[in-house]
Amino acid sequence: MADPASPAQSTTTGTTGPRPAVVIGGNRIPFARSNGKYSTASNQEMLTAALDGLVARFGLQGQRIGAVAAGAVLKHSKDFNLVRESVLGTALSPTTPAYDVQMACATGMEAIGSLANKIRLGQIESGIGGGVDTTSDAPIAVSEGLRAVLLELTRARTLQQRLSALSKFRPKDLSPAAPGTGEPRTGLSMGDHQAVTTAAWGITRQAQDELALASHKNMAAAYDRHFFDDLITPFRGVSRDTNLRPDSTLEKLGTLKPAFGKNLGDQATMTAGNSTPLTDGAATVLIGSEDYARAHDLPMLANFVDFEAGAADFVNGGDGLLMAPAYAVPRLLARNGLTLQDFDFYEIHEAFAGTVLSTLAAWEDEDFCRNNLGLEAPLGSIDRSRLNVNGSSLAAGHPFAATGGRIVATLAKMLHEKGSGRGLISVCAAGGQGVVAILEAR
Amino acid sequence: MADNYLKLVNTGFTKDLAKTLGLPRPTILRRYEPGKPLVPGPVVVLGAGSAAHDLTETLLGWGLDVRRHAGGPEKLGALILALDAVEAPGDLSAVALEAGAALRSLLPGGRVVSISRPATVNDAPARSAARMGVTGLLRSLGREMRGGATANGILLAEGIGAAAPSAAAALHFLLSGRSAYVDGQFINVESERGVLPADWDQPLAGKVAVVTGAARGIGAAIARTLHRDGATIVAVDVPQAGESLAAVANGIGGTALQLDITRDDAAAVIMEHALGRHGQLDIVIHNAGITRDKLLANMDAARWDSVIAVNIQSQLRMNEAFLAADLQGLRIVSLASTSGIAGNRGQTNYATSKAGVMGMVASTASAMVERDGGINAVAPGFIETEMTAKIPVATRAVGRMLLPSLMQGGQPLDVAEAIGFLASDAAGGINGQTLRVCGQSLVGA
Repeated sequence: MADPASPAQSTTTGTTGPRPAVVIGGNRIPFARSNGKYSTASNQEMLTAALDGLVARFGLQGQRIGAVAAGAVLKHSKDFNLVRESVLGTALSPTTPAYDVQMACATGMEAIGSLANKIRLGQIESGIGGGVDTTSDAPIAVSEGLRAVLLELTRARTLQQRLSALSKFRPKDLSPAAPGTGEPRTGLSMGDHQAVTTAAWGITRQAQDELALASHKNMAAAYDRHFFDDLITPFRGVSRDTNLRPDSTLEKLGTLKPAFGKNLGDQATMTAGNSTPLTDGAATVLIGSEDYARAHDLPMLANFVDFEAGAADFVNGGDGLLMAPAYAVPRLLARNGLTLQDFDFYEIHEAFAGTVLSTLAAWEDEDFCRNNLGLEAPLGSIDRSRLNVNGSSLAAGHPFAATGGRIVATLAKMLHEKGSGRGLISVCAAGGQGVVAILEAR
Repeated sequence: MADNYLKLVNTGFTKDLAKTLGLPRPTILRRYEPGKPLVPGPVVVLGAGSAAHDLTETLLGWGLDVRRHAGGPEKLGALILALDAVEAPGDLSAVALEAGAALRSLLPGGRVVSISRPATVNDAPARSAARMGVTGLLRSLGREMRGGATANGILLAEGIGAAAPSAAAALHFLLSGRSAYVDGQFINVESERGVLPADWDQPLAGKVAVVTGAARGIGAAIARTLHRDGATIVAVDVPQAGESLAAVANGIGGTALQLDITRDDAAAVIMEHALGRHGQLDIVIHNAGITRDKLLANMDAARWDSVIAVNIQSQLRMNEAFLAADLQGLRIVSLASTSGIAGNRGQTNYATSKAGVMGMVASTASAMVERDGGINAVAPGFIETEMTAKIPVATRAVGRMLLPSLMQGGQPLDVAEAIGFLASDAAGGINGQTLRVCGQSLVGA
């Protein structure tokens, strides 16, 4: 199935063999802080809106797309077929297959990456990947006690069995079970996990606040230069991310009290300002083969070159919960014959400012690179002026599964505008996981 | 948006009540539907000039039942007044009076269309008086007609025959339901340019049309109408309107382009999108516009400047870029307003911009013709949109009902139909003009 792709595009990075998977463009709805503008919007509504905006932008009405892959981290059990149900509500052809993916905050990256692989293998010509999440319209389950009673009741055949089942009901069972952000194996929240990592790497409050401020300033500037005009479609009257604070200052950020790692005392540096808030939103990315893009007169912004998943041993091995990308990147670089410095843009998901800074510190650290990554020399530092240049999650917010789609579309457009070079994506995820990827300009 | 009064006086017992009380009873207008007959009955061509002959041929070519004289019990679909040969006011009487006698036979939704020549300063006074007289005749006749019938005219420039493509196209438009809300207007045919469509139901087949302000109201209606007529639509609106813009685009298989047209590079973005994604750019509809009403005494710079910037300066800048790009065969239609013609209290800024549009199209016309294209404007009167729905009830009732001959507001579709006509290749001989779609209103709205 190999396509003799234009040599100028395919020889700089990656191996020869599979044909390129091309990022054509993206669409997301503006992200909104939890329990705000989208508090009554369901995952399905938001994903449908994001898809319909993509369809409108690229004239995909009635088209059968090879596959739509997306997912949500917080999902109602009735949404078992969330993506397919969303597709059926869009202007896409109802013969478009769709499936749900879930890999915590790396859901979007995994969905897009696996679609890219299918395109590279020639299995599909076009794909839409992405994700959606709402923490406002979150699933609330009945308690385990009530659930056990109800299930036993459905199995009961006789009156005696039914009474027996009902007798096990206790009033406390009426309290519902809401989804938590705590890690099941540690009981610690993600923020408290990161607080430990942040402190361990000696990341200062000042450095975190500066990163947060840069994110807001960069994203506001990108809005002002119309950068997002063809990346976002408004939803429910919202046309900009509601978390964005263009007028934020270091002084304002400096007044915030620590929100995580409060037991760390003086070393508690993570605040609501340098951590992402709970957010609602959806993002989608259209990818395809070169033939598909040409046949439909669609732009080719960047090649989705390669991606790699990683996982850290945060339960017993002493790794930070969100440090998996630190492990995945060197493997991805080695496979593609690149160094950490071979990139024009770095998109490191800002779950917390501390996550970004800890990851960068780890790559600069000789011991970590030798002992944990098995490298003879550290990966080294990056040119910080190339980091998250149009803002990232601290400004936009972070609807878990939607973040990958936001980043891929943004980076692909940045690379296309520059006209050359490549970008590195790093997204951490709950469960000590992460997905990293390489995009190349066209 | 729905004009409940229009429904009330045309249906059920309230229809009889309105009749008894002598309330004004606007008619539900005859609007275009694909496949429906062009006119509701036979067409009578009155007059003796060469136009009468040419028009009869044209009408017969469309398979219509054409008569050269009225009379008899049969109801009629349209009267054509061929007045191209008049030399003195006395020459008008025969046709005018025969038309008058036939008016009672005209079916609801019927049409009167005159064909004459424009009066110029070079004409002998008597000829000029006769030619000018035609406009008075038609405009007054328009006010006398009932049942949603209209009276409009075609003015053939000296040396242009009635068989010219754009004369035929204008006649087709004026006879059809597409011109439902056009009344008391004249269309100038100035050249033999123009190509008639192979299929009158798909006059824009194969065309790529950009419509600005397409997210709602008149713009959305234009996008849908041009698509219905065969065009592929690039729907443009400000990023903030993106959600409804996407819905419009998805409804018609077009593409959505979120773009603030006041940007310096707006035309470049439009051309890149249209040419890159659709391979061509044939039609641009400058529909995007805003109102910031205030009496001039209370006007601030923000209100004045934003209206001028959006409604006229952006169009001037984009047209300049389209001309510089040397796009061949491009047809531009711009939205003016009857406010720009008659003036409107509280709309000095808006009327300035809309009168400006009329000046712009007149002045841009020759450059467009050099590139085998054309530019015209449409001036809507009172149109039922979300915007006019905000006007107080009483003012709205006056605006829509009492002043226009058709006793009702127009629909966004009515404006869109006129735009579709002027955007078509068939209108190639019509250039630099402003066509009113106002139901023959006396004032601007």
